[in-house]
Amino acid sequence: MSSDEVDTSAAVEVDRMADAVAEPGSPKSDPILVADGVKRSFGGLTAVDVNHLEVQRGTITALIGPNGAGKSTFFNLLTGFDRVDQGRWTFEGRPINGRRGHQVARAGMVRTFQLTKALTRMTVLDNMLLGAQGQLGERMVGAFLRPMWRSQEQANTERAMELLERFKLVDKRQDMAGSLSGGQRKLLEMARALMTDPGMIMLDEPMAGVNPALVQSLLQHITSLRDEGKTVLFVEHDMDVIMGISDWIVVLAQGGVIAEGRPSDIRSDQQVIDAYLGAQEVEGESGESGDE
Amino acid sequence: MDILMILAEAARSAVGPVAAIYALAAVGLNLHFGYTGLLNFGQVGFMLVGAYGVGISVAVFDLPVLVGFLVGLGCALVLALLLGIPTLRLRADYLAITTIAAAEVLRLVYRAGFAEPVTNGVYGLQNLSSGFREVNPFDAGGRYGFGAMTFTGNQMWLMTVTWGLVAVFALFTWMLIHSPWGRVIKGVREDEDAVRSLGKNVFAYKMQALVLGGLIGALAGAMLAVHQGAIQPDQFKPQVTFFLWVILLLGGAGRVFGPIIGSMAFWFLMNFTDGFLKGLGREGLLPFLEGPDYGAIQLAFVGLLLVLLIVFRPQGLIGDRKEMLINVK
Repeated sequence: MSSDEVDTSAAVEVDRMADAVAEPGSPKSDPILVADGVKRSFGGLTAVDVNHLEVQRGTITALIGPNGAGKSTFFNLLTGFDRVDQGRWTFEGRPINGRRGHQVARAGMVRTFQLTKALTRMTVLDNMLLGAQGQLGERMVGAFLRPMWRSQEQANTERAMELLERFKLVDKRQDMAGSLSGGQRKLLEMARALMTDPGMIMLDEPMAGVNPALVQSLLQHITSLRDEGKTVLFVEHDMDVIMGISDWIVVLAQGGVIAEGRPSDIRSDQQVIDAYLGAQEVEGESGESGDE
Repeated sequence: MDILMILAEAARSAVGPVAAIYALAAVGLNLHFGYTGLLNFGQVGFMLVGAYGVGISVAVFDLPVLVGFLVGLGCALVLALLLGIPTLRLRADYLAITTIAAAEVLRLVYRAGFAEPVTNGVYGLQNLSSGFREVNPFDAGGRYGFGAMTFTGNQMWLMTVTWGLVAVFALFTWMLIHSPWGRVIKGVREDEDAVRSLGKNVFAYKMQALVLGGLIGALAGAMLAVHQGAIQPDQFKPQVTFFLWVILLLGGAGRVFGPIIGSMAFWFLMNFTDGFLKGLGREGLLPFLEGPDYGAIQLAFVGLLLVLLIVFRPQGLIGDRKEMLINVK
């Protein structure tokens, strides 16, 4: 299978995890994101209860788990799109818990969404330009002072074009984003997130609803992000995909981290197999509300 | 029945003071709904505080009319903040419910007995236009225009100022929308979570748009006060807001000229149907209708035209059909 090619090229070459131990909450040599005691419950149901989690800089870390494990909720909490009950987390050493979504994004941690959010009645290029940070013309008074932001706009447009080129959307730049196919919207969303120049990019089920041909291209884009030094954390269901490109895998079940490790460790972990196969039916029913 | 006279009279109202005032208020609503996607169903509330800003300043405190305008704008700013702070963090429908209720509450408060010392309650305020007319460069008693398109000097002065304001704020909208600020606003209309994930403070942008559109609405209210010379709370019924929505959708939401074209077309249609029905009545062709029924029939007729418009031209007169047809979600 073709995803195995990615597997060999990515995982065998170098071990980016240095000497991290494969156990829940294991410390990393150079963590970009450190979360402690993150809790969120909906009524009586504890959706997320993560004691300790570190994400190594410059790696692809996958967050997996059965339906209702709390992956998306955890994602929303970290990115400021949902409020925690308790817990602290730092990004690049600075605490960012309690920050709102836009503040987290400004700190350099940018997310995408499971249900793609292309801004449909805007052009592809405008979608991209919206990602640029620190624009003078985005202030209301600044908006009237065209000479002040014209050069900035030009520089942003150039950068947007480069990214569109890379994601093969450059021919579509003047089309409405709503006219793109599902897969192209995923690409656009990823390109738009890159436009913010993030240190870490959080992808919520990037392969959901994408046709198999495009999955390969998406995977290549994700690995190339890592190769440029960005950290990628993503939620995914498809085990083949995860095993293929991840440097590190974190397994969530019933809101907590039950296992962590390299793909080879996870593949043979009995607890993970139980969570996915053995106990899945029971959990799938009871914990549905925690995961969208 | 002289159909030409009816057409001429309808055309006259399409450029007249009322069309100008509604166009101005709709420019504000366009900023709310057309560009930011805010469902403001209480634009009449902003008009009310604008009108009473002038009314109370001039009639009760004997202040210059310009001060009245500033008071009206200040009240609109406060109203926008009061409406926006609790609701703009929530989903769009909360703002819709809050605005429609707040506008009605305002009307009831302004007409209430306890407010009478300031607002004169249901009797309203009179003699509001003298300050405005003092600076009229036109000859107040003169007639301007030709044929049926004749206006008095006072009307000319009001039309000049109001259409001038419409032009200024249309330009203002154009400049804002063709800037990065406008791009963020349109992004908020499409999907606020996406915009938030790109590091924009969505709440602040929605608030700015609400305040701006509200201020424009208040200016329209203030112009209404100086146009009529007298105001009364019950003329600020929710119906006014619905007229403004009709105007916006008729012209084309999210277009700079949408509210202007919409207002002219709307008042043309209103006056044309009115004149036409009365004409038919005079000819004895409507024996089953009493005079007072004409108003209801006229509104129903305008409503029917609008239904046809929505069916056959959902983007409005100057909207972009391609943009309209894109599935939003």
